[in-house]
Amino acid sequence: MDLLEYQGKQLFRRHGVPVPDGQPATSVKEAVEAAENLGFPVVIKAQVQIGGRGKAGGIKLAKDADEAEQHAEAILGMDIRGFTVYEVYVEKASSIAEEYYAAIVFDRSAKKPMAMLSRMGGMEVEEVAERDPEAMRMLHVDPLTGFQDFHGRRLAFEAGIAEDIIRPVGAMLGRLYDVFVREDATLVEVNPLLVTEDRKVVALDAKVTIDGNALFRHPDLAELRDLSAEDPQERMAEERGLTYVKLDGNVGILGNGAGLVMSTLDVVAQAGGRPANFLDAGGGSKAEAITSAVDVILSDDKVRAVLFNIFGGITRCDEVAKGLIEAFRQIEPDVPFVVRLDGTNDEEGRRLLAEAKLPNVHTETTMLGAAERVVELAA
Amino acid sequence: MSILVDKDTRLCVAGITGREGTFHTLRNRDYGTNVVSGVTPGKGGQDVEGIPVFDTFHAAVAETGANTAMIFVPPRFAADSILEAEDAGIELIVAITEGIPAHDELLVYNHLIRGRSRLVGPNCPGILSPGKANVGIIPAQFFKEGNVGLVSRSGTLTYQIGNELAQRGFGNSTIVGIGGDPVPGSSFIDIIELFEADPETKLIVMCGEIGGSAEEEAAEFIGRHVSKPVLAYIAGFTAPPGKTMGHAGAIVSGSLGTAAAKAEALESHGVRVGRNPTQVSEIAVEILGARV
Repeated sequence: MDLLEYQGKQLFRRHGVPVPDGQPATSVKEAVEAAENLGFPVVIKAQVQIGGRGKAGGIKLAKDADEAEQHAEAILGMDIRGFTVYEVYVEKASSIAEEYYAAIVFDRSAKKPMAMLSRMGGMEVEEVAERDPEAMRMLHVDPLTGFQDFHGRRLAFEAGIAEDIIRPVGAMLGRLYDVFVREDATLVEVNPLLVTEDRKVVALDAKVTIDGNALFRHPDLAELRDLSAEDPQERMAEERGLTYVKLDGNVGILGNGAGLVMSTLDVVAQAGGRPANFLDAGGGSKAEAITSAVDVILSDDKVRAVLFNIFGGITRCDEVAKGLIEAFRQIEPDVPFVVRLDGTNDEEGRRLLAEAKLPNVHTETTMLGAAERVVELAA
Repeated sequence: MSILVDKDTRLCVAGITGREGTFHTLRNRDYGTNVVSGVTPGKGGQDVEGIPVFDTFHAAVAETGANTAMIFVPPRFAADSILEAEDAGIELIVAITEGIPAHDELLVYNHLIRGRSRLVGPNCPGILSPGKANVGIIPAQFFKEGNVGLVSRSGTLTYQIGNELAQRGFGNSTIVGIGGDPVPGSSFIDIIELFEADPETKLIVMCGEIGGSAEEEAAEFIGRHVSKPVLAYIAGFTAPPGKTMGHAGAIVSGSLGTAAAKAEALESHGVRVGRNPTQVSEIAVEILGARV
C-alpha cells in the first residue's frame, strides 16, 4: 500500500524525522486557510502516487493568499499522468542549501533491509545511477540487531556529506529505519533530503510503502485510502475478497492460483489476444466466489469474451461449474465464455455445464486450446 | 531417493485443530505420510483422529520424535510458530500460511540461516515425494514416482506443469513449492542443489514468476554448479509494472524482475525455457526421450 506524501510525513513526525510544517486540504478554501495558518510563503503540492509532480505543474510556490487560491484551484482536480488530484498538501516553504537522497529499502536478494544515501538528491534515482554510480552509497542492516549509529556515520562519510551535518544526517537515517520497521514499511524514501540555509536537515518529500500483510498491526494505516489511485473495478473486487488487477485488453480472465492466472494471461497474449484483467479466484473457491468474480469481470465494459482456466487441486471443478451456472442465472452475460476445467472433479464439472446448456459457453480441455478459442471469440 | 520428505519424515502439524489444518493433515496421513503429532496451545492432551496434540513443539518433539513441521496457523501467529519449531530442534519446517508480514519473514529468515533448520515457504503448497510422503496441500493424485525434480514459486501452476509432464509419462522425484512471498525460506538455488545431489533426479524443472531476482541468481548458480539438465518456465510476461499479481512477491518494480529478463538470464546459462506449460513438457521429451 503506497501512502501519499502527507501521510508518509505523518509517520515521519511520529518517529522523530524532521519535516516542514504542513496541512492537507481537499478544497480551495481549506488550502487558503491552511496557508494562512502556516504563514507565507508556502508550497502547494498535489497528492498523487506518481513521480514527476513538479514537471506536471502539480507543485507551486505561493507568496500570498491570492496566489495560494490560484494554485490550489489549478491543482485540485488536475490530472497527472492518469491520476486525478483530490488532495493538496500545503507546506511551509523551505530555504534550500543542498538536496540529498536517503532511503531504506527491502532488498529481496540479500533478504535484509538496505540503507541508501547520496549527495545527489532531487532527481530520479535511476538518473543518478546512470550519471555517477559511485554517488549512491548503500549498506545492509542486520534486521536482528537493527540500525546502529555506525551505519549512519559510515554512509554519511562515504557519501561525502558536509562535515557539519554528518551527525544529523546519520541520525535521520536511524529514524527512517525506525519508520521502516515499526510501521511495517517495505520502502521509505526521502528525495530530496534537504539541508536548509541555516543547516537544518529535513525530509522535504516522503515516499512510503506499507506491507499490506501487516495492516492488522496498524489499524490507523488500514483506514487510509487514496481515491485517486483506485480503479472502481479493483475496489469492487477488493470488497468481495478477490485478487483482481485491471489491464487494458478485452479478454476477461478468471483462474485459480496466482501463478496459473499469470500464465493464462501470457498464453492469451501469445494467441494474439489482450487480457482485460488478472483475477485469482483463489484455492478452494466455492460457487458464490465464482459468481461474484464473474460480476466483477463483466463490470468492465471493454470485455468481449471471458476465459475460465481452472486446474482443480483443492478447488473442485464442479463448484466452479455451479458458480458459473448461477452467474448466468443472476447476470445473464451477453459475451461468450470459454471454460477449461481440468483436475479435481473435472468430468462432473463439464457434465453440469453441458446439462445447463448455457448460451454461448464453450468448453475446452487444454489451456492452449482455450486461449486460442477465446481470442477468436473476442475478435 | 527423493529430497526433503520421504518415509523417514515424522510430521508434526502446527494448527492441526483448525478446519484447514485438520483437513490437510488427514489427507497427508491418508497418502502415507507419517504424521506423529500436532501442536495447538491449550489443546494439549486432545487428539485429531488418533493424532496426539501437544501444547508446545518442545513437548511434541520429546514425546513423538517429530523431525518435520508443517505450519498451518494464521499469518499473525506464523512467525512465532516457525521460531518455536526451530527452537525445539525441528530440522525441516514447511510453512503453508499465506499473508505473513514481510518484516516477520525477514526476522525468521535471518535467524534461521544462523542455525541448522531449513524453512520451505511460507505461502507455499508444500512438498510431495510421490509414493513416499506428502507434506502440504499438493493434490497428490496427479503425480507418480519418477525422475523429474520440480521446484516452483506457485501452487496451481505447479499442478498444471506437473500434469502436462504426467500426461507424457513423466513422474517426479520430489515436487517442492518454495512459495510466492518476497522472503522465501528456501530459494531456487537451495532446492536445485538438493536435486543435483539426488541420484533419482535426472531432470530439474523450475517454475518461476515475475518479481525479485531469484531466477537470475539461480541461472548463475546453474551455470556454475549444476551438471543435470534444467528446464524452466516463467509466468508473468504480460504483467504491468508496479502491480502485485496475486502473490506478495510477484511484482515488477520499475525495470526489475520482469519475466523477459529472467528468461534471458536462464537461457544465457544454458537453461531451456518453455514459453507455455505445454512447451515445457515437449522440451522434457526432447531431453529425456519419449515415455508414452
